[in-house]
Amino acid sequence: MIVEHATRSSRIGVALIAIALVVLASAPYWGDRQTLRLLAEMFTFIALASLWNLLAGYAGLVSVGQQAFVGLGGYVLFALAMLLDVNPVLAIFVAGPIGALVAVPVALLIFRLRGAYFAIGTWVVAEVFRLVASQISVLGGGSGISLPASVVLAMAPSRQMRESEMYWLALLLTVVILAAIFVLLRSRHGLALTAIRDNELAAQSTGIGVWSIKFTVYVLTAFGTAMVGAFIFLQKLRISPDTAFSVNDWTAFVIFITVIGGIGRIEGPIIGTIIFFALRQSFAGLGSLYLLMMGAVAIVVMLWAPKGLWGMIVERLGWQILPLQRHLVLRKDARGKS
Amino acid sequence: MQWLNVILQGVLIGGLYAMFATGLSLIFGVMRLVNIAHGDLIVLAAYISLIATQAFGMDPLTSLLLVVPVMALIGYALQRGLLNYTLGEDLLPPLLVTFGLSIIIQNGLLELFTADSRKLQAGAIEIQTFQLAQDLWIGALPLIQFVVAVAVIAGLQLLFYRTALGRALRATSDDQAVAQLTGLDTRHIFALAMALSLAVIAVAGVFLAVRANFDPAIGPARLIFAFEAVIIGGLGSMWGTLAGGIILGVSQAIGAQIDPGWQLLAGHIVFLAILAVRPQGLFPKVSG
Repeated sequence: MIVEHATRSSRIGVALIAIALVVLASAPYWGDRQTLRLLAEMFTFIALASLWNLLAGYAGLVSVGQQAFVGLGGYVLFALAMLLDVNPVLAIFVAGPIGALVAVPVALLIFRLRGAYFAIGTWVVAEVFRLVASQISVLGGGSGISLPASVVLAMAPSRQMRESEMYWLALLLTVVILAAIFVLLRSRHGLALTAIRDNELAAQSTGIGVWSIKFTVYVLTAFGTAMVGAFIFLQKLRISPDTAFSVNDWTAFVIFITVIGGIGRIEGPIIGTIIFFALRQSFAGLGSLYLLMMGAVAIVVMLWAPKGLWGMIVERLGWQILPLQRHLVLRKDARGKS
Repeated sequence: MQWLNVILQGVLIGGLYAMFATGLSLIFGVMRLVNIAHGDLIVLAAYISLIATQAFGMDPLTSLLLVVPVMALIGYALQRGLLNYTLGEDLLPPLLVTFGLSIIIQNGLLELFTADSRKLQAGAIEIQTFQLAQDLWIGALPLIQFVVAVAVIAGLQLLFYRTALGRALRATSDDQAVAQLTGLDTRHIFALAMALSLAVIAVAGVFLAVRANFDPAIGPARLIFAFEAVIIGGLGSMWGTLAGGIILGVSQAIGAQIDPGWQLLAGHIVFLAILAVRPQGLFPKVSG
């Protein structure tokens, strides 16, 4: 008897993902500037939502303060690029470890709070970061600062090349983050995480070190979130405390995406991002009414389809795009020996 | 004397924070629900009071007679019609539903009242002051606000420990299943708890609106103050929550005195310090 991950739908899924990756990677050759920008933005939201999904959907750490690490990443990039002349692309990869480093003491503090109070605790931390950022006058203080043109020009000589480079960077970042989450979930720790997702108490009683796994996931998530944050603000070229630590942009939207797509499933954030952008392209003109509608949709989904769109598909059809589930296969040649 | 003045102002605003916090800890105590929309509901109360003062020409403090029952009704309906369905073993549904609610209230208010900041005018009482000592003045309105806060908390304390409703609330808090077995309708009790919570924050919302400018976006910060006061004071203790509110108010006042940019930061830092040194809060009663 052996344990297998793949199913027929996941084999098809993996093939489709490979095709999609080739198509997406060649986008700079077929898409215009606007398409590239939109796709890059979608990638960043897929990455942010996947990270939040790992945190809330698997590790049960419902944070409403991940904007702390998005903003931190952005500010690290600006600080490195403007004050220390570090190449901005390199700065993105430095932002990750710094995010993880900052997450260690933060986790030690807010892990003292449980459940819903933990959620608000993460928010307080994000507020502290925002207030501290607005005190740093070399980075523009409360009103924010723009990245000087020289830093941007140093990335690539022509505008076309810069656009392509940024696009590939976004794609690379998102694929790496998704791959890392996939590998983590396929590993021994992933099995433990899935057990925690399904029943924390039962997981603990089978000998899983719940605290240390949660701690590790929190720190790793901060690592990824800070990198994505650094990329986002390199794309925006301007940062201010209010945009960097915005609870709407980096938490409300991300939660909406994950809940709609399907929380606790790796495919959920991808489906959710597509729905979110489709809604945004059609209704964003409505302004605050659009946000109001989004809140209502999230409530309805949470009450009537708590596993989201992908969760419903899995329940009805048993599909999985990525081979994550474990199931036993009886092999003819192994029968009797196992 | 200047510092004494600062501390006194901090104590008085602490009463307001304690009212925010009591509403939050009350529903957490009874049904383990943390309402992310708590701050936005405080702001909603301020806007209801604004309508009352503009449409009926009421004085803000008189408008409490209208705002408190309206908010209590909203609370009852909200709990009975929506939030009761989110309660259970899983933490996510109540959190995310109240998060969605927070977005709905914020953007609904934005749609109806625009982003302009408003303030309620309470008339002459706003500028009345008493002299306590040389160079030490106390405003009539902050004093009333503090006295009301203490009265509200004392009233809740009485309600919880001296009345049948309080017994029912405490029983449900201790063990929901057993409370149900003794014939209590927990759905009704939960809705009453939410009504009570919103009645308390209705009072707080009106005082907030008289004291300072408000706009649809200030709710989340109020939620955070409420939460910090609860954790500083210790879960489950009402007088602890008052102490928590006062500590938060004084920290903010001292921070603001040092540098206006540090007002909020000082409050957060004191909160985090207490979380680091004494995570159960200063006067804990229940673990949770």
